[in-house]
Amino acid sequence: MSESKPKDSFSVSRRFFLKSFGASAAVAATAQVEAVAAELEKVNAEKVHGPGTVPVTLQVNGKPLKLDLEPRVTLLEALRNHSNLTGAKEVCDRGTCGACTVLLDDKPIYSCSKLAIDSQGAKITTVEGLAKDGKLSPIQQAFIDQDALMCGFCTPGFIMSVTALLKQNPRPTADQIKHACSGNLCRCGTYPRVLQAALKAAGAPIANNKTEVISYAKLA
Amino acid sequence: MPSWPEKREYIGSHAKRIDAPAKVTGAAKYPSDVQPEGWLYGMIYRSKWPKAKIVKIDLEKAKAVPGIKAAVFAPRFDQPDQTSRYYGEELAAIAGTTKQACLDALRLIQVEVKEMPFVVREEDAKEDTSPRVWDDQPNLSKPRLKENGDVDKAFSECDAVVEGFYTTPVQLHHPLETHGNTVSAGGDEITIWPSTQHVVGARNDLAGHLNVPQSKVHAICEFMGGGFGSKFGLGAEGGIAARLSQAAKAPVKLMLTRFDEALAVGNRPSSFQKIKLGAKSDGKLHAFELDSYGTAGYGSGGASGGGSASPDFPAPYIYKVPNTRVKQSTVVVNAGVARAFRAPGHPTASFGMESIMDELAVKMNIDPVELRIKNDPSEVRRKEYTVGAERFGWKEKYKKPGSSVGPVKTGIGCAGATWGGGGRGTKAEALVNPDGSFEIRCCTQDLGTGSKTVIALIAADLLGLKPEQITVKVGDTRYPPSGGSGGSTTTASVAPAIYDVCTKALAELQKQSGVEDARGANWAGACKKLGITPLTVNGQWQEGLSSSGAGGVQFAEVEVDTETGFTKVKKIVCVQDGGLIVSKLTCESQVNGGILMGIGYALYEERVMDKTSGVVLNPNFETYKLLGLSDAPEIDIVLLDMPERGVIGIGEPVTIPTAAAVANAVANALGVRVNSLPITPQRVLDAVGKLKNIVPAAAA
Repeated sequence: MSESKPKDSFSVSRRFFLKSFGASAAVAATAQVEAVAAELEKVNAEKVHGPGTVPVTLQVNGKPLKLDLEPRVTLLEALRNHSNLTGAKEVCDRGTCGACTVLLDDKPIYSCSKLAIDSQGAKITTVEGLAKDGKLSPIQQAFIDQDALMCGFCTPGFIMSVTALLKQNPRPTADQIKHACSGNLCRCGTYPRVLQAALKAAGAPIANNKTEVISYAKLA
Repeated sequence: MPSWPEKREYIGSHAKRIDAPAKVTGAAKYPSDVQPEGWLYGMIYRSKWPKAKIVKIDLEKAKAVPGIKAAVFAPRFDQPDQTSRYYGEELAAIAGTTKQACLDALRLIQVEVKEMPFVVREEDAKEDTSPRVWDDQPNLSKPRLKENGDVDKAFSECDAVVEGFYTTPVQLHHPLETHGNTVSAGGDEITIWPSTQHVVGARNDLAGHLNVPQSKVHAICEFMGGGFGSKFGLGAEGGIAARLSQAAKAPVKLMLTRFDEALAVGNRPSSFQKIKLGAKSDGKLHAFELDSYGTAGYGSGGASGGGSASPDFPAPYIYKVPNTRVKQSTVVVNAGVARAFRAPGHPTASFGMESIMDELAVKMNIDPVELRIKNDPSEVRRKEYTVGAERFGWKEKYKKPGSSVGPVKTGIGCAGATWGGGGRGTKAEALVNPDGSFEIRCCTQDLGTGSKTVIALIAADLLGLKPEQITVKVGDTRYPPSGGSGGSTTTASVAPAIYDVCTKALAELQKQSGVEDARGANWAGACKKLGITPLTVNGQWQEGLSSSGAGGVQFAEVEVDTETGFTKVKKIVCVQDGGLIVSKLTCESQVNGGILMGIGYALYEERVMDKTSGVVLNPNFETYKLLGLSDAPEIDIVLLDMPERGVIGIGEPVTIPTAAAVANAVANALGVRVNSLPITPQRVLDAVGKLKNIVPAAAA
């Protein structure tokens, strides 16, 4: 089956929609609003998806995921509510916190702000797809080693952001890591250790933990 | 009396968090992730009016939407003419097969209301002329007065007296996993997956909501995405989810939206603190007076689970002053009610008191650290100041306030804190299998603080095993009970129970197997001798392995740009007493987290209410600012090792003094004080006189 077809056909229909709208708007300069709507409906009758469900095929972690979804369903909902891929978290549902970050053709995106039908044809990677044959990715391992997580709810998002960064830039600086993670929020306060984990995964030297334990009994 | 082993291999070590692999792979299932067969999506319809008589709610059109399986009223609103007291109060709810169906249905709920006058800001609400939140009582409570000594006379005896007015905002908890539950109450077996800080409590609450025996309800919460004090009771949303599940005869997942989080599930009360402090010429505090008010929303906030959420706070906080007069009042407003928030009352108390302490230090020309050492009644904290000041380089870094040159000013500050911690009451069960595997079951919960790891490390040390050989099961009411995770009590209440159950399991195994010392290398052989029947042992919290009372101090170094008003925290040094540290790794993470949350309180976080419309103006992360990775400073932690005190608990004390230390550092940098949290660029520019004739001064 062709993976690229649904995406292409949908992209075309979107462009066509916009083009048609421009033309329609010109025609309708003097017409009633209802007439514009009716004309739009006619022009796009065969290209509009929904409002009912449409078949959607997503390529997630190397496997096809076939779903019937309303066109307004986001990629995050498709993963979390229409399949059992709950690694990406819903925290803000409006593109501010990064907990829903997944990779779309290796680029990090907020899956809450991308429609599922618009994600067809792309290679989607979620946190569940990082470990290979039960072996954690070096980034996942670094998050464990540095304790770069507490409640763990933001963790999949951070791991995906760092994964995307290291794919593009295997030896980032601390500032580049901060920039790459600037779209991810954590409430427990794991940031210092996320930075350490990312540096460690990139093979950069990290400052040893400076925490000192002083015996109270020996204090003057 | 039991005691912790002298030789500790894993206790106090950097051993890894045992549930980290589940969290980095997405395998960890949170209450918002579980998908019981046939589950429905639940959503709440909330009041769109700050105060209104809800005459009638019509759910019929919503029920007719394809995919909608149930529509119910929120408790109380099944009766006509009920008063809703804040924007966001739960009025009704629906459950459907998809989120989209629910969104469509929500739009079709019709509500007939009579809008009523409202008030949402503390300064307005306390005036007699403002609309009343409750008809039968004024918005401002009578002050609660505590007086010691002859305060007026004492002030006249002082050689230096300073006065100040300090304000702190309403802070929102914003755990990343929103409040909510998945509930299956459609049949005889009732199961709830609550995102909670108290699994046993959630079970009990649900049984109460449904009026069924507690034994009929099974609660499960293996992972949860943060609570910070706001997730003790099941909340209105829990009862509503259960109603929906019963009506639809199907499991319902009802997780709040981020928008809802800003309205209805708790907050830290605000404070407006008028403080007067006097000292004798030797720098000893002699007289103190506080007159404060704050809001916990439309209610008192006192009844919230997991600790007080009242606007009252301890004063004069950690200091002992011979003559004190403390007057505190609550003012109600038409807004969501407060809940316990990480160290309730303390960061608020610390900010006011430590600010006025620095004012006194400036007035008396005494070094702020010296003034604290001179007045702090805690020997532990006095030593911590000495240790911390040296590590921070206080003497070298300290400059007179405002003497930093150039547009970007640097400054330093410090503050101290106290917290109770401690805990008791936990029970646990151990299962020793003939194949040598070992399992501990305890219905505590792991909020991300590391309680599962704590259990594994203790068991490993007591049995001579490795932590990965210990299976830890928590968060299930089928296991022996434990209390709520609040007040930094989890480790101190759980650790002794684990000690007890492991000690007993070892003794019983040795008895049954005839192996004299079944620990370590002998473990597997001894277990084999059990034959086919596993050994089960029960244990419980024991006296002598934990205690309470934790002192801590922090030092902050900041840069303040007087052209942009932007404050950057460069470094925090934290010196904290935590008794016996069980898991050093997760302890450090908690310290980091407490400090970062404290910086958020100092610089970024504030719920903003709109006076005209009565709504929360910043109910999202674009406008309610949480700190990000780039805002995190260098953090240097010193833990005072006091193993003889046993386990105490550290989650809360470490968040208390941060905001005060940062505020003092900003004042030291600027030479003028920003008296209100958060210290926003606008407030900094206002303080340095750069906003005059441009925009009105920041609201006090």
